Amino acid sequence: MLTYIARRILYSIPVLVASSFISFTLLTEAGDPLANLRANPRTNSPQILHHLTHVYHLDQSLPVRYWYWVQSVFTQKFGVSLLTSQPIWPDITRAMGHTLQIVLLAQLISRVLGVAVGIYSAIRQYSVFDYTFTTVSFLGYAMPTFWLALILQILFVDIYLHWHVRIFYTSGLNSGVTSSTWSLDRLQHIALPVITLTVVSFALYSRYMRATMLDVINSDYVRTARAKGLPERLVIMRHVVRNALIPIVTVSALSFGGLLAGAIVTETIFTLDGMGFYFITKLNQLDIYAVMAYLMVVAVSIVVFNLIADVLYGFLDPRVRYD
Amino acid sequence: MAEPILSIRDLAVEFRTEDGVVHAVDGISYDVYPGETLGIVGESGSGKSVSTLALLGLIPQPPGRIASGTAMFKGTDLLKMSKHELRTFRGDEVAMVFQDPMTSLNPVLKVGYQVAEAIKTHYPKVPDGEVKSRVVDLLRLVGVPNPDVRVNQYPHEFSGGMRQRAMIAMAIANSPSLLIADEPTTALDVTIQAQVLEVLKNVQAETHAATILITHDLGIVAELCERVIVMYGGRIVEMGDVHTIFRAPRHPYTIGLMDSLPKLTEDEEWLRPIPGSPPSLINRPSGCAFHPRCFLTQGRARCHDEVPELRKAEGTEHFAACHFSDELIGHHSKFSEAVGAAGGQGSN
Amino acid sequence: MTEPTARVDPPPGVVSAGVPVDVAAAEGMEVEARSQWSYARRRFLRHRLAMIGLVGLVIVFGAGALAPWVAPYTFDQIDLTNVLHSPTTVGHHFFGTDEIGRDYLSRVIYGIRTSEQVGLVVAVASTLFGLIMGAIAGYYRGWADNLIMRMTDLFLTIPVLVMLLVTAALLGAGNQWLITGILAAFFWTPIARIVRGVFLSLREKEYVEAAKAVGAGDLRIMFRHILPNTLGPIIVNATLTVADAIITEAFLSFLGQGIKPPTPSLGVLVAGGQQFPQDWWLTVLPGLVLVLIVVCVNFVGDGLRDALDPQQRRVRA
Repeated sequence: MLTYIARRILYSIPVLVASSFISFTLLTEAGDPLANLRANPRTNSPQILHHLTHVYHLDQSLPVRYWYWVQSVFTQKFGVSLLTSQPIWPDITRAMGHTLQIVLLAQLISRVLGVAVGIYSAIRQYSVFDYTFTTVSFLGYAMPTFWLALILQILFVDIYLHWHVRIFYTSGLNSGVTSSTWSLDRLQHIALPVITLTVVSFALYSRYMRATMLDVINSDYVRTARAKGLPERLVIMRHVVRNALIPIVTVSALSFGGLLAGAIVTETIFTLDGMGFYFITKLNQLDIYAVMAYLMVVAVSIVVFNLIADVLYGFLDPRVRYD
Repeated sequence: MAEPILSIRDLAVEFRTEDGVVHAVDGISYDVYPGETLGIVGESGSGKSVSTLALLGLIPQPPGRIASGTAMFKGTDLLKMSKHELRTFRGDEVAMVFQDPMTSLNPVLKVGYQVAEAIKTHYPKVPDGEVKSRVVDLLRLVGVPNPDVRVNQYPHEFSGGMRQRAMIAMAIANSPSLLIADEPTTALDVTIQAQVLEVLKNVQAETHAATILITHDLGIVAELCERVIVMYGGRIVEMGDVHTIFRAPRHPYTIGLMDSLPKLTEDEEWLRPIPGSPPSLINRPSGCAFHPRCFLTQGRARCHDEVPELRKAEGTEHFAACHFSDELIGHHSKFSEAVGAAGGQGSN
Repeated sequence: MTEPTARVDPPPGVVSAGVPVDVAAAEGMEVEARSQWSYARRRFLRHRLAMIGLVGLVIVFGAGALAPWVAPYTFDQIDLTNVLHSPTTVGHHFFGTDEIGRDYLSRVIYGIRTSEQVGLVVAVASTLFGLIMGAIAGYYRGWADNLIMRMTDLFLTIPVLVMLLVTAALLGAGNQWLITGILAAFFWTPIARIVRGVFLSLREKEYVEAAKAVGAGDLRIMFRHILPNTLGPIIVNATLTVADAIITEAFLSFLGQGIKPPTPSLGVLVAGGQQFPQDWWLTVLPGLVLVLIVVCVNFVGDGLRDALDPQQRRVRA
């Protein structure tokens, strides 16, 4: 098992190098990183531009610049943004924290609810509960997150304007003063983004859980369990759910990898200082080093969680063995 | 004759499907006596499995429905029991072994655990150590090598034959009075089949359980069973003891079945299958279900109009459901000599 | 021992050696021969949700396709006297007007047209491409397989939206067909995987060996023998891709990296409505149409899946 993990990690290094090089190439070719500075009359003096060009090695060839970037990753924690001259790492970690709070909350709620509803729907197939939630899931799954987010935003802005009471905030992470992570103010601010993300995730998980449950419920070994005289409750819990959860858990673990990418759209709409918002903003400004930092963080996260998912799968399903 | 341990009367099971109502079992009646091995033979779709699944309440009730009948087991009607009561019988007094060992065991639980589950469900007070040693003993009884090691393994580490043995162990764990084996060897290689049949024989000898053996293989019936029921189209067409039926069958279907078997000791040029195909259980042929494929009917209207009753031949316990079964008296199947020689039961 | 009496022979005309008896004719029943596809078609037509979805799609996509005749106005007809009017029956502005007086219903209908063009073209292109790649990878294996698999893995390791945004940003967004191309370039991977899987499992089957023994060439084997088995999941996947592509394009346009105004797409419309939260119809209505399209496509996809790959829950007799 350990050799398997070691091998996987070793394999992922060239993949990361390759993808980082490709991204770097694409981004640097995309445009002039100093374009914004050139446009700004305060910063476009030839001396400043020349100085920056030299410091950031912009006059060197691509592979050299790539190498400098790699160096900055390790020695300076992703270095400094070309545009703002601010170090990147503190910005990213702050954005990460905010994103994780929202996304983890949403994932937790949606998974727990989704699994519960999926199990119950499968046990009581064709019941009113089942039909109701199947429809809800269909709609939730079909709804693009940006639309849901906007609807919620409009709704709550409307409520405020008509009844002058703020139930949930529709933008930002807090009102004015930087509040602590779990204050009521913060919760009121992240409520809508969390709801938005939960709905789609919930729809997915409940449908998936229901499908796997139904698959398992009709299998032969469940019939054997019943034939042994096991009470139905134990048949469901011990035999059906246990087996149905395996694919769900692995899919779940896999999706964790992408969480760090942030909910780009939701964060944009609600103006939240998270990874997704960071990415879009920096991309539009073509702030190369910042975008690269974002891509690397996301890529590493995905690789790590893919590995965790695979190992987890080996634990849960004894038929899978790694050598 | 001793009292039957199981008495089924007029059992009818149907399924509601998109294409119509499937009459899987259409009014069958038979008895099972303690300690005997009863074979039920028939093609796929004859209703042989469904009838026993109905006994244990394992028919999913929304599409399925027990339309009528009683099944008296040790004084209580299994078909009228509540789910809860039936649960206490399942796995304890009445146990079942299923057809496909590859999928009948839960892949993520250890084999020993699953066998132990059968015991613990009905006797929760038994201490774990005792349960474990009983499981090892059971595995040893069914011929699983190294039972103390195997008990902690997972199903995918067992071969097909071993899994079926484990299933048998699971079924006999609580010494049931009635064991139902639904095509236990169909999914196995022929050599493994022989081994598993041996296991069933031993198990029978050890536990003295009455056994219902469902199969489509006449060879297995010949080897293991004392009495046999032949089913066709959801009905019983012939019933009696194995020797008599093999020697002198009295239903055209049974004759057809035996004729279609190649005989090792003779030179046969052609195989003789029964012409036609099994009937649809939704639109069954009127009258006798077999008449479209029957060589005895010769176009006689009675076969088309009237459902034949299961009638006893004079002075025997040999039943046949054919209007003209008397015409088959004196008919000897091609296995007569073999049966006569081996049976030692007088071959007049 | 008595002599064995004469065996009762089958009546003349019924030969036992394997000639089938016409049971059906004997019973007076008519039996129709049915092909596999007609079974699938029957099952599909019986699926109620799929039928609802199909009708919905025909209406919506039909409106889009026939936009010039269905829409009351063109999508860029400016009428500054009628700005930001809520939905009304006056002047057929059933969906209201936008901030420069353009009829919103027309814009939505033209938006549908753009979206459906993108969706359908992406689905077809990516399916074809994925089919070819998957077939090559699955059938020939070796270095081609490795290469193609690495490519699909690459797409798996990064969130698609991120990749799309980066690509769109680099290539300069705006043109509808450029976006279509980019989307197609990303959507072929799941299809390739499915097709590869089927080819991998089927190429070992006996009938392929038999075909080879008879001298069938590779292409013939791939097309005639193996490919038909992939059609089921491919059709389902292609259908769902239509919805996926439409939604993704909406996302991209919403974030400013997809299709840019004045060409209306549903995503562009929703994005435009963001600036006027008071005028709810600007955001809600195009979004509703999007949801409708996706729900209908999913219904149809479900129905197709049931029809082409039914799970039979039979109790063995």
